[in-house]
Amino acid sequence: MKWFDYAAPRSVAEAVRLLAAHPAARTLAGGTDLLVQLRSGRKETDLVVDIKRIPELNELRYDPAAGLTLGAAVPCYRIYQHAGLRLAYPALAETASLIGGTQIQGRASVGGNLCNASPSADTVPLLIALSATCHIAGPQGTRAIPVEDFCVAPGRNILTPGELLVSLHVPPPAPHSGARYLRFIPRNEMDIAVAGAGVSVTLDHGHFRSARIALAAVAPTPLLVREAGDALAGRPVSAESMGAAAELAKAAARPITDMRGTAEYRRHLCAVLTRRALEAAVAQAKGN
Amino acid sequence: MSAPAYQVVGTRPIRHDGADKVTGRALYGADLELAGLLHGFVLRCPHAHARLRRIDTSKAEAFPGVKAVVTAADFPPSGDRMVDLGEGETPLSYIRGNVLASGKALYCGHAVAAVAAVNVHVAEEAAGLIEVDYEVLPHVTTALDAMREDAPLVHEELRTKEFGAPGSRPSNVAEHFRHEMGEVERGFAEAEVIVEREFHTSTVHQGYIEPHNATALWNNDGRVLIWCSTQGSFVVRDTTACILDLPVSQVKVTPLEIGGGFGGKIPVYLEPVAALLSKKSGRPVKIVMSRKDVFEGTGPTPGSFIRVKIGARRDGTITAAEAYLAYEAGAYPGAMVASGAMTVFAAYHLPNVRIDGFDVCVNKPSTAAYRAPGATNAAFATESVMDELAENLNVDPLDFRLKNAAREGARRADGVKYRRIGCVEVIEAMKNSEHYRSALNGPHRGRGVAIGYWFNVGLASSCTISVNEDGTVNLVEGSTDIGGTRTSVAMQAAEVLGIAAEDVHPVVADTDSVGYTAVTGGSRVTFATGWAAYEAAQDVVRQMRERAARLWDVDPDAVEAVRGQYRAGSHRATFRALAAQLNRTGGPVVGRATVNPKGAGGSFSGVICDVEVDPETGKTTILRFTSIQDAGKAIHPAYVEGQMQGGSVQGIGWALNEEYYMTAEGTMANASFLDYRIPTCYDLPMIETIIVEVPNPGHPFGVRGVGEANIVPPPAALANAIYRAAGVRMRRLPMNPAAVMEAIWAAAK
Ligand SMILES: Cc1cc2nc3c(=O)[nH]c(=O)nc-3n(C[C@H](O)[C@H](O)[C@H](O)COP(=O)(O)OP(=O)(O)OC[C@H]3O[C@@H](n4cnc5c(N)ncnc54)[C@H](O)[C@@H]3O)c2cc1C
Repeated sequence: MKWFDYAAPRSVAEAVRLLAAHPAARTLAGGTDLLVQLRSGRKETDLVVDIKRIPELNELRYDPAAGLTLGAAVPCYRIYQHAGLRLAYPALAETASLIGGTQIQGRASVGGNLCNASPSADTVPLLIALSATCHIAGPQGTRAIPVEDFCVAPGRNILTPGELLVSLHVPPPAPHSGARYLRFIPRNEMDIAVAGAGVSVTLDHGHFRSARIALAAVAPTPLLVREAGDALAGRPVSAESMGAAAELAKAAARPITDMRGTAEYRRHLCAVLTRRALEAAVAQAKGN
Repeated sequence: MSAPAYQVVGTRPIRHDGADKVTGRALYGADLELAGLLHGFVLRCPHAHARLRRIDTSKAEAFPGVKAVVTAADFPPSGDRMVDLGEGETPLSYIRGNVLASGKALYCGHAVAAVAAVNVHVAEEAAGLIEVDYEVLPHVTTALDAMREDAPLVHEELRTKEFGAPGSRPSNVAEHFRHEMGEVERGFAEAEVIVEREFHTSTVHQGYIEPHNATALWNNDGRVLIWCSTQGSFVVRDTTACILDLPVSQVKVTPLEIGGGFGGKIPVYLEPVAALLSKKSGRPVKIVMSRKDVFEGTGPTPGSFIRVKIGARRDGTITAAEAYLAYEAGAYPGAMVASGAMTVFAAYHLPNVRIDGFDVCVNKPSTAAYRAPGATNAAFATESVMDELAENLNVDPLDFRLKNAAREGARRADGVKYRRIGCVEVIEAMKNSEHYRSALNGPHRGRGVAIGYWFNVGLASSCTISVNEDGTVNLVEGSTDIGGTRTSVAMQAAEVLGIAAEDVHPVVADTDSVGYTAVTGGSRVTFATGWAAYEAAQDVVRQMRERAARLWDVDPDAVEAVRGQYRAGSHRATFRALAAQLNRTGGPVVGRATVNPKGAGGSFSGVICDVEVDPETGKTTILRFTSIQDAGKAIHPAYVEGQMQGGSVQGIGWALNEEYYMTAEGTMANASFLDYRIPTCYDLPMIETIIVEVPNPGHPFGVRGVGEANIVPPPAALANAIYRAAGVRMRRLPMNPAAVMEAIWAAAK
C-alpha cells in the first residue's frame, strides 16, 4: 500500500471542497471495501477523506409520516439496533445484518455498500425495491436520484468529481406492505451473493396492489426488473402469479459465468430467490 | 488381556501452552521484532508459465529505504546436483528453483525476486519497480492435459521414470509406477458385478490460518539464524543449508509457534530468501506472506484424475480391483501419488489388484503434503465405487465393507503386510453407533458412509528430560507443536515417571538445543516423539533408582520404581522426595533418548453423515456428521477428538466448496478466503466422534497417529449421502451447489 494523506472534514461543504480539489481523493466511510481495495492495489489514492465526522452523514431518523433518513456513513449495527426502524423496515434491518460479521457491521455502511457499486452489493436490491432515493451534495449544489439510477457499471456510480452521497431516503411503508431480500451463497456466512433478489409488495384484499423486484449479481449493476413487479399489480396473490413474476425476473437477468457461478445457474437462482422472497414479503404484508 | 490401567495416559489435562494461546501471548513469527529489523517483500510471477528473459532490479535498488534486492542469481555459484533431504533424491535446481525462479517461472505466484526495506510498504512499492521481461509461454494446468503428446512442457529436460527406468522422450510425467498382485483379468472374469468410474478432484489448499513467515539474520560470524513457522525445524535447517551451500551447523533454526500447517509447512519458501537479503543488507530481515502469496506461492495438495474399477461376486466378495491415478505434482515432480496408490484399496483384503500411478507436472504451485496426502483423492473414488457396488448388490454398505475388510496378515498390492489393524473394529463401531442405527426421515435427505486409511510414519525423534529439585521435570523436544503434542508427549513421560502431566514442562527447542528430530507430519509426533519421551523417562527412572540406592545403601537393582514410588526393602520414597535430594546424591539427573521407531501403526477412520440437499439450489446442508477413528491408544482423548473434528471439517470443505478456480490464463481466480470457501462454523453441525482403540503393538502405549486418517472419508461419505438425498452420483470435487444443481438437471433430461 502506498502512502496517502488523510483528512476528516466536519461539514459537507468542507468535504466537497476537499474532494473537488483532489480528483484522485477517495471517500472513506467504514472502509471495509476501500481499505481492502487500497491494500490489494486495486485502487490507489493520494488523499483519503473520512466522512464519519460529518453530522449529516451520521443521521438516522425515522418518522412514520416522512419515512427514513439514513446518513451515508451510518454503520450497519446502528440500523438493526434501531427499534423504530426494525418495526417499520424489518427487511432493511435484516439485510444490514447480512453484511459481514459483527466486526464488519461495526463499520460498514449502507452508503458505502451502494457507492462501492458492486453488482453483488446486498443492500442495494432492497433499497431499490423500497423505492429509496440518494441525496447527493457537490460543488454545484445538491441533487436527488432514485437508487436504481445510481450505479452505472461494476465499481462505478454516477457521482462526479467533488460529489458525495450524503444520505438515503426511504418512503414510509404503506399499509399491508412487506419486503424481503434473499441472497444465495454457497456457505451460510462470509460470502458474496451468487445471486440475490430484493422485493417489496403492497397487498389489497388478496391481490397485489403493487410490487417492485430488483436483482443482485446478475448484471453489471444491481438491476430493477420493473416488468416483473408491474406484472403482479392487480393479480391475485398466488403461487402462479408469483411464479410468473419470478420467471420475468429470470428473463431479465444478464449474468456472467465466473468463479462464483455459471450464467445458467445464476439465471435459475433469480427465479428461485424471487419467488421465495415474494412469498416471505407476502407473509409479512399479511401481518401488517 | 485387560487394558493396563494408566494414571496419566487417557486423561484430559489442560494443555501446557493453553494460557499463552488464549491470552494472545504466544509468540508467532509475524510478532517477532529484532533490533534493526528490515521487512521483505517477494515479487511473484503473474503468468502461469513464462521465460525470464531479463530481470532489472536497478530502479528498486535505488528506491529510498531499500536495503537489498535478490534474485536467483544471488544463490551460491555451485552447479546442479542430486540432494536428499529426506524425501528421496531431488535435483538441487528444483529445490532452489521453487524458492526463487531461474530461467523460467513455472506458475503464477512463483517467486522471482525479493526486496528488503525499512518497512513492508516501501519494499512492496520497490518490488513494483523491478523490471522483469517475461516471455509468456503456453501453459497446462491439469494432469490429463499435461499427459497429452502435444502438451507444453513444464521441464524440457524431464523424462518419465517408467517402472523405475528413465525414458527417452521429454514429458510432463515424472514417473509412472505400478503395483500388481494376483491375476487382475481373471479376477474381473470371476466378478458378477463390476463398477468402473472416473473421478476428478480439484487442487485444494490446507488453508491454515497463519501465513508463512520467516526472519533471518546472517550473523557476522557467518552463522545464519532463522526464526520461522514450520513443521520441521531440522528440515528448514538442512534445506536452507543445502540451498545456500553451507554446512548444517552454520544454520540455526528457532521454530516459533505455528498457526496450522497440515503438511503445508514442511517445504521451505522464505527462509533462504530472507537469509540472502540479510547477507546483502547486514540486518535481520522478516518476510510474511499475504493470503494471496500463500495460495499462489505455497504447496496445495494435488488435483487428480482417478479411475477405479472393482468387481464382486453376488455374495459380496470382491474379486478384483484396478486403479489409475494421475496426480498433479504442480511445478516440480512429487505429487502424492505414491501414497495415493498405497491407500487407494488399503481398507480391503483383495486377491487381485493393479494400481497405476502417474506423477504429472503442471503449471500450478509445487504441491505439498496435506493431511494423509493423496489418500483423500483416492478414497473419494474407491468409496464411491464401493457404495455403488453395495447398491447393485443390494447389501448394506457397511456390511459390504465389513465382508471385504482388511485384517491382520492381509497384504496390500504395494507389498505391505498388515500387522494388527483396526479396520474391522472401525466398521463395527460405525454399524453399532447410535447415529447409524437412528432413522433419517424427511424429503431430500440422505445418509452416506465411507472409510479411509493412513499408514502413519515413525522417523527420528530426540528428547531430554531434566529433573528439578521440586519434583517436576523439564522436557526438551524438537517436534513443533501443531496439534497439542507438547501435552501428548509430556503425558507419556509423566506416565513413566509417575508424576502429573502438569509437573512436566515441555519445551520445543531450536536446532542447536535438541537432537535431530524429523518433521511434525505423518501423524508421527505422539507416536515417535512420545516414544522418545517414554525412553528418556525410563532413563530418568533408571538414574533415580541409582540415587535411591545410594541414599539407602542398597544395590540399584534392588530398587523398585512403580508409578513414581521408589522402594527397596523397608525403604520408601516418592519421585518428588528423591528429586529434593539430587544435590546430595550426585547432582542433576538428565534422561535422554533418541529413537527411530519402525512400528508405526496405520489408522483407519470412518464417517457417517446425513445431508439435506435443496432441490432448487443444489445446496447441501450437513445435518449430522460422525467421525470414527482407531487411535490405537488415545493419550489425550480431547486432542484425538480435536484431530478428528479438524480433519472432518477440512474434508467437508474439500468435498463441498474448496478448489483452485483457474482462469483460462492459468492463474488462480479465487486466491482469498472470501472466494476460496473453507467451511465456517455456520456451515457445520457439531462433529460427533467415536474413538476406537485397537492398540498398536509397535508402541509402548499402543499409540497410532491420529492426525490424518480422519480427512480421508468425508468427501466420499458426502458424495454417497448426496446421492441418497438428490439421486445424483457426484464424481467431481468440489460438489458445490452449482455442480449438484447441474447434475440434477442432467439427470432430469
Ligand atoms: C469481511 C467482509 C465481509 C463482507 N460481507 C459483505 C456482505 O455480506 N455483503 C455485502 O454486500 N458486502 C460485504 N462486504 C463489503 C463491504 O463491507 C460493504 O460493501 C460495506 O457496506 C461497505 O461500506 P463501508 O462503509 O465500509 O464503505 P467504504 O469501504 O468506506 O467505501 C466503499 C466505497 O464507496 C465510496 N464511498 C463511501 N461512502 C461514500 C459516500 N458517502 N459518498 C461517495 N462515495 C462513498 C468509497 O470511496 C469506496 O469506494 C464485506 C466486506 C468484508 C471486508
